[in-house]
Amino acid sequence: MSVNPVLFGSLLAAAFLFFLWNCWQRLALVTLGGGADRFDRPGERFKRMLLFAFGQKRVLARPFGVNHAVIFWAFLILLLANGSFLVEGLFPTFTLERILPAGVYHGLTLLFDLASLLALAAVVVAVARRLFFKPSYLDSAYVKGRSVEGFMILSFIATLMVAFFCLNGVRIALGDGGGAMPVSALFAALLSGNSPAALEGIGIIAWWVHALVLLAFICYLPLSKHMHILTAIPNCFFQDLNPVSLPPREEFIPGKPGKSYGVGRVDDFSWKDLLDGFTCTECGRCQDACPANATGKPLNPRQIVHSIKSNLLANGNLLKAGRPPLVPLVGEEGEGTTTEDAIWSCTTCGACLVQCPVLIEQMPKIIKLRRHRVEMLAAFPEELLSLFENMEQRSNPWGIAPGERTKWTGTLEVKPFQAGVTEYLFYVGCAGAFDSRAKHVTVALATLLDAAGVSWGILGRDELCCGDSVRRLGNEYVFDRMARANVARFKEQGVKKIVTLCPHCFSTLKNDYRQYGLELEVLHHSQLLEQLVAQGRLKPAVQNGQGKLLFHDSCYLGRHNDTYDAPRAVITAATGSAPGEFGRSRENGFCCGAGGGRMWMEEQLGSRINLDRVKEALEQEPDTLCVSCPYCMTMLEDGLKDQGAEQVRVMDIAEIMAEAMVPR
Amino acid sequence: MLVVACIKQVPDTTQVQIDPVTNTLIREGIPFIMNPYDTHALEEALRLKDRYGCRVAVLSMGPPNAEMTLRKALSVGVDRVILLSDRCFGGADTLATSNVLAAAIHKLAQEEEVPLVICGKQTIDGDTAQVGPGIATRLGYTQLTLVDKIVDLDLVAGKIRVSRKLEGRHEIVESPLPSLLTVVREMNRPRYPTVPIRLAAEVAPVELWNNEVLQLDLQSVGLKGSPTWVKKIFSPERDKGEIIGDGIGDPAGTVNLLVEKLLGKDLLEL
Repeated sequence: MSVNPVLFGSLLAAAFLFFLWNCWQRLALVTLGGGADRFDRPGERFKRMLLFAFGQKRVLARPFGVNHAVIFWAFLILLLANGSFLVEGLFPTFTLERILPAGVYHGLTLLFDLASLLALAAVVVAVARRLFFKPSYLDSAYVKGRSVEGFMILSFIATLMVAFFCLNGVRIALGDGGGAMPVSALFAALLSGNSPAALEGIGIIAWWVHALVLLAFICYLPLSKHMHILTAIPNCFFQDLNPVSLPPREEFIPGKPGKSYGVGRVDDFSWKDLLDGFTCTECGRCQDACPANATGKPLNPRQIVHSIKSNLLANGNLLKAGRPPLVPLVGEEGEGTTTEDAIWSCTTCGACLVQCPVLIEQMPKIIKLRRHRVEMLAAFPEELLSLFENMEQRSNPWGIAPGERTKWTGTLEVKPFQAGVTEYLFYVGCAGAFDSRAKHVTVALATLLDAAGVSWGILGRDELCCGDSVRRLGNEYVFDRMARANVARFKEQGVKKIVTLCPHCFSTLKNDYRQYGLELEVLHHSQLLEQLVAQGRLKPAVQNGQGKLLFHDSCYLGRHNDTYDAPRAVITAATGSAPGEFGRSRENGFCCGAGGGRMWMEEQLGSRINLDRVKEALEQEPDTLCVSCPYCMTMLEDGLKDQGAEQVRVMDIAEIMAEAMVPR
Repeated sequence: MLVVACIKQVPDTTQVQIDPVTNTLIREGIPFIMNPYDTHALEEALRLKDRYGCRVAVLSMGPPNAEMTLRKALSVGVDRVILLSDRCFGGADTLATSNVLAAAIHKLAQEEEVPLVICGKQTIDGDTAQVGPGIATRLGYTQLTLVDKIVDLDLVAGKIRVSRKLEGRHEIVESPLPSLLTVVREMNRPRYPTVPIRLAAEVAPVELWNNEVLQLDLQSVGLKGSPTWVKKIFSPERDKGEIIGDGIGDPAGTVNLLVEKLLGKDLLEL
């Protein structure tokens, strides 16, 4: 068999030029983005890249991911086979067989043959999935599961594999192939009835089919979502190394207003945000996990990312020329544009973040979009106005007088925090201090801390709100003031250890305040209670009384801080048995609907998130729902009332432990 | 053309307590805010600026720390803020206060035409609702109180038509300019400040006018210029309430109980 190397060479050169030019065009668009410091700790980054990109860790988190992993690893192996194929096309005298020791060559051909078979099988499965058992999350507004693009790429791969088998089958039939290729040998057996000349002809056709499809694939790659083949690996390298994907801090210099705050047009995003756009494969896992999407709200995290890409492609040339963009980033529904309703529907629960196989950061992008609405345009849902004013004026969401922060103490003897004397600052938080239901939890926790002999104190009326809600709502300017005031207060009071009862305070003090140089030992009460139980300082007197109990994971304790076991250990200690689980629990836990500032907003679009969660619980006919967050408490109690299931109690882990301490 | 809004820094009354011995406000540690009604006056001035391109000046009489509240006015985009502060202005009642504010507006009007002055209907600390009308009287402006809407404004012809929110009804009034409006909460929804303007406001100048600037007769300002003074402040006693019936178990019976009680007190007519 021989092909014309000049003809092939010119086709190959043209394809490569086309490929490189398009890659360049798209990656040049990425450089329009702003800065993001993603070059620190290269060793750690490399390790994670190996784990997530090459190890396919997140891909394999769902059963069907195995199929992708097979295609991915087969692709890596066949890169070598195809590399050799291209070189053979240019230099017909070259073969791998001639440059490799026989044993290695035989091993490689076997590997190529089997990898091709596995890839072909995986492609067949993938086509069948899209045709016959397509999950609904494969479809979004602008990208469908049964898209031409998807089937085209799958058929490209399948054709490559079949052509590969034909080509090698012909070689074997002609007595030309020296490798160990059982699948190709089958093709050889099928073809063996043909004359050598006919075989030669079939071989040439198979060669050109393989070559042309390969070149078409190369050309098509940068123009499609299959660009992820190129971008996913660097995207995993440049992932956010923080435990929680935090939005970056914004700097506010009095008298020197910056050009813009937040993201108002696509080039206000960071280059990493734009790279995310070219990395998304439209797998739909974030869409499937999103509580807003699940309850019929207009938010789809996948579409946020898709819109960034579409917007960048639509406006790229204008932006490069220094002209204003034509397609708005936020506005009426359309490809490349995100709606206001979508932006404000996010509960920042982080379900999208833990799902994405290629570490795209959907939620922080939404916060950046919110920032621009709030900080530059003062355009936000009306009900937030009083929240923002209350936060600024009275440092709590309800606008209650700060003097009432200590009302919960009632007849308890609670000492103020004293540097050097008190070990833990009990940061009560706004809900714990003002919300009438959450105050019971505060009292329960205070009693437990006393019972365990913990040295603790409070800031009392000097305690300020942590600013969680305003930060998630994009009011970074107000958050910045609150964070600076809190950090200064903690430093001046000599605080070293903090315990909180709200996961939102916990995560904000622990993670967000690092951006302000504050690194304290911050514990959520579940963690401290777990320690106290383990140390034998808290000994439950009775272990019963809660009936059938289900534990609901708080997003900010669980996904945002990877704390799943501590609250469960406390429940186990208090009740004598491990808590029952929701269908969706731990990493897959379903938000109560109150995060991301949604606690302070009406929920008018779609169905209510808390009802979705409560219905899920009621299927198991529980007696008690156990929570670890005051927001979850409110949302689940409201949901139960709505469902006429008030016989089900909602209890915080601290209350369950406190009840177990009292002998009956 | 200049629109003037008058604002007052007041203690956040939701946090205020009265000292039972001295009958005075306990001011320690109580944060100050812009009088809520005045935020609507300020917003209306800004809307006129947005619509007619006029400039907006904000005046406040108060102690030096009222500068903080004037900065809040700067952060929503006013052009000029002036603090009227002098030891001799201290202890003023509503008459003496309106003398100072009127003098300041008069001074501004010498530089630039002031067709409209806008005040909140009253402050939440004094609750007299007298300062706005006092300024209007002293300036000779028509006074339009309790305004909830500017129905029509013709700056060329010098006419304004407003809706006044009275008990159970609205009244549409037309008046020649210049006028002074006092506004109610229904007037508008105050805007939220954007970050660039806030950052600029943090360092923008707050002008200070004392009596050297205003040159008022010392007998007309401060304590000396005040024919009224506070004798006593106290919280009124209130009858204890009671819970009647069982609203959840027996709503119909409870309604009957309530109606009987109201009839007994002549609060309801059959």
